[in-house]
Amino acid sequence: MKPRSVGLHAVSLLAMLFLYGPIIVLVLYSFNAAHLSMTWRGATLKWYAALWHDEALLAATANSLFIALVSTIGATGLGGLLALGMEQMPHRRQQVLEGSLVLPLVIPEVMMGVALMLLFVTVHVPLGLTTVILGHIVFNIPLVTIMIRTRLRKLDPMLREAAADLGADSWQVFRYVTLPLLRPAIWGAVLVAFTVSLDDFLVTFFTAGPGATTLPLKVYSMIKSGVTPEINALSALLLVVSMMGVAAALSLQRREV
Amino acid sequence: MAIFSTSPLLASGQSVSSIAPTIDIRAIVRNHGSVAAVDHVSFQVQRGEFFSILGPSGAGKTSVLRIVAGFEDPDAGDVLIDGRSMLGVPPNRRPVNLVFQSYALFPHLNVFENVAFGLKMRRVPAALIDEQVRQALTMVKLVGKEGRKPAQLSGGEQQRVALARALVNKPAVVLLDEPLAALDQQLRQAMQVELKSIQEQAGLTCVCVTHHQEEAMMMSDRIAVMHQGRMWQVGTPREVYENPRTLFVSRFLGVSNELPGRVSEAAEGAALFQPADDLVPGFPVRSGPEPSAGCPATWSLRPEQLRMSRERPASGDTVLPGVIEKILFAGSETKYLVRIARETLWEARTTGNVQPPYASGDPVFLHWALGDGRVFFE
Amino acid sequence: MPSDDVAHTIPAAQDSCRSCWLAAPGLLWMILFFLVPLLLVLAISFASRGTYGGIVWEFTWANYLDLLHPLYGKILAQSLWYATLTTAICFLLGFPLAYVIARSPARWQPVLLLLVMLPFWTNFLVRTYAWMILLRHDGLVNHLLLALGLITKPLELLYTPTAVVIGLAYGYLPFMVLPLYVAVERLDPVLVEAAWDLYASRWAVLTRVVVPLTMPGIVGGCILVFIPSIGSFITPDLLGGARSMMIGNLIQHEYLVVRDWPLGSAVSFVLMGIVMAAVVLYYRQASPGDGPLEGR
Repeated sequence: MKPRSVGLHAVSLLAMLFLYGPIIVLVLYSFNAAHLSMTWRGATLKWYAALWHDEALLAATANSLFIALVSTIGATGLGGLLALGMEQMPHRRQQVLEGSLVLPLVIPEVMMGVALMLLFVTVHVPLGLTTVILGHIVFNIPLVTIMIRTRLRKLDPMLREAAADLGADSWQVFRYVTLPLLRPAIWGAVLVAFTVSLDDFLVTFFTAGPGATTLPLKVYSMIKSGVTPEINALSALLLVVSMMGVAAALSLQRREV
Repeated sequence: MAIFSTSPLLASGQSVSSIAPTIDIRAIVRNHGSVAAVDHVSFQVQRGEFFSILGPSGAGKTSVLRIVAGFEDPDAGDVLIDGRSMLGVPPNRRPVNLVFQSYALFPHLNVFENVAFGLKMRRVPAALIDEQVRQALTMVKLVGKEGRKPAQLSGGEQQRVALARALVNKPAVVLLDEPLAALDQQLRQAMQVELKSIQEQAGLTCVCVTHHQEEAMMMSDRIAVMHQGRMWQVGTPREVYENPRTLFVSRFLGVSNELPGRVSEAAEGAALFQPADDLVPGFPVRSGPEPSAGCPATWSLRPEQLRMSRERPASGDTVLPGVIEKILFAGSETKYLVRIARETLWEARTTGNVQPPYASGDPVFLHWALGDGRVFFE
Repeated sequence: MPSDDVAHTIPAAQDSCRSCWLAAPGLLWMILFFLVPLLLVLAISFASRGTYGGIVWEFTWANYLDLLHPLYGKILAQSLWYATLTTAICFLLGFPLAYVIARSPARWQPVLLLLVMLPFWTNFLVRTYAWMILLRHDGLVNHLLLALGLITKPLELLYTPTAVVIGLAYGYLPFMVLPLYVAVERLDPVLVEAAWDLYASRWAVLTRVVVPLTMPGIVGGCILVFIPSIGSFITPDLLGGARSMMIGNLIQHEYLVVRDWPLGSAVSFVLMGIVMAAVVLYYRQASPGDGPLEGR
């Protein structure tokens, strides 16, 4: 297969370049001293510094972190309990639920956004931070549940039997066997939910009211009003933060106990 | 309090009469759908006894073990441990501990924590846990490996941890589910000896489930042969091997040289066996418990009772002529497949170096002492 | 494992579903904030628009019939076309990549897969913005092409259908690679050698052995790329012009600009119909356990 594998490797390299080229360019140009040109005028950190003095941006960051924190706690709690509860259900019902939980993850986000907006408007709930958090919990529950279920299903049922055989009651089985074995999956789910919430644009776009501007909403409005070096710096920061979050989440997910 | 609750042996051992069996299984039935996985099984195990349930896959032996452990409930019958009925008692309140076939060691806990698990669940004081775990680990020769995680142990070591984790609780009964099945051949033989010596040293009462007849015979005080949900015979390894009650038991415990036919002229403790193949001459046999003449029957003989020679022996042995068809050299002994009838091959064995060696196609005489072999009626 | 073990039952299962209640709060949440809103959209799609953008609860098919208007029809057709094109590009780039990853040394595979997935988990807005920098009138691509002498004056790249399709392919390439990787990884390399040994040319090995045996992965990957592409909003919004609108933009436009909620709802359900058809197709061909999220 040697000759063809040269071609294969070339295309693969191209694909990798396609994936990372734009990101690298973006990060690189966030250090470019030139104001609006692609020409390189030397490295600077001034665009990053400028971010620090943008009050609106800092407020949006605070909002984003708050929303991500609360919705992650909510979704991890609700989704984790859902996963544990599903485990005890008849097999058939588990399958149906599992299928339904995929739905929120595949339907277009635009649609989830408008549907939530319609609900809040219909029942006269003013759009604001609360509505955004409610919405974020909705798309994070299935993520958390599926991640924890994946781990639960990989657990050897014999371990729980062994614990019971050694005198553990059902609470002790959960406390000393199931929970410790689930811990990496739970932390993984927390990190993923936090990252997804932090990055979400569309659901937030439709459910946020005045005073609930998040970082992605702010970035969007900045982009819409024209390309500036500050956006480059902000974007580079966001990229690095979410990549670190995900790398941590994945290493937790994969870690063997 | 805590000390006693972890040591049912100490708590009840001296006061209860030694005649009472530790385990008393009374006609338990367990149905899986329309099939009876366990069909009116009864047996008793005495204190300090090593009792094996031997049978092929699907015989229902694991179900029996799981019923004793409390993971399954019998549809009928009763399980008594130390004279107390265990029906409705959950696994965590039964004075038995199971060594799982897959070991089921907790992957997040190290060796010490795995072994200490049962004591910790019963809230035994830490100092006592420390001492008892150390004792158990000494017994299974794992001192120095307390801090290892199960994934860092070899298969044999994992097996020892599983054993220690069960016996540290001083259960009334240790249940062993195919304890050596996951080990390779050599380790398995070494562990058979070791397991048996640990059991004797600690005075453990064991119920072991296995499909490996040699393992069962070497380790057990008594064996129960199980097949299709029923127990066919219970006895010492020698009894079961030498006096199998059914053809199945005979076949399952070792090689059985068989000949179909019928018994004729049953009279006064002796009878004549007439093989179905009329080229094979009839021969005298010891009569069975019911010498029902004319019934279809199968005659069976262990290979080690069979002797082979080139010349017709002069002794009073029963003799059948045959032809060597295949020679299988197995190191310490050599096996010969000898055709004695159109449809029948028997296995004979020689040990050491036979001179001159036999060759395929050699005509030989197979003979055995009068009275050896058994007749099984269908 | 002996068949004795067939009927293993965990005793907890016998005291039927004591802890099923744990699932209740999460399920209630999903019903209240996911199912109910969807049903609301469905209901509104059959209502009429009031004079000032309100809703008049009178049953009508009018909103769906309105979608037959060429203006909307064009956006629908255009969306389908962009999504299909995106899928094709992702396949052409993703298949070789997946193949190379699946055939690389075992310890490198998780790292390479992580590299493929990592961009997906970063902010979509930011990644799309990166293409704005590249494709602008005085962006890097034009700079490079001018410098190489391939063009004499800058190309108009941004705000074109081309930019939209590039952005979509960029965003969803990982969705293609993952199922393809799984499929190729399961393909026994000995089968390729066997075909080779039996006089198959390289092309024949590819078309007669590799492609048929990785078909589930190919179909799965294509559907997983198609689904988010057809429903995308950000990419066409940022990289596309007024003429390269997609369904997602139409929905947003109807809701927030025109404030015709019934029509917006009808468009939403058409989009949902297309997505659900793709999902059903996916589950039909996928083996159980290969859910779209297993790889996430």
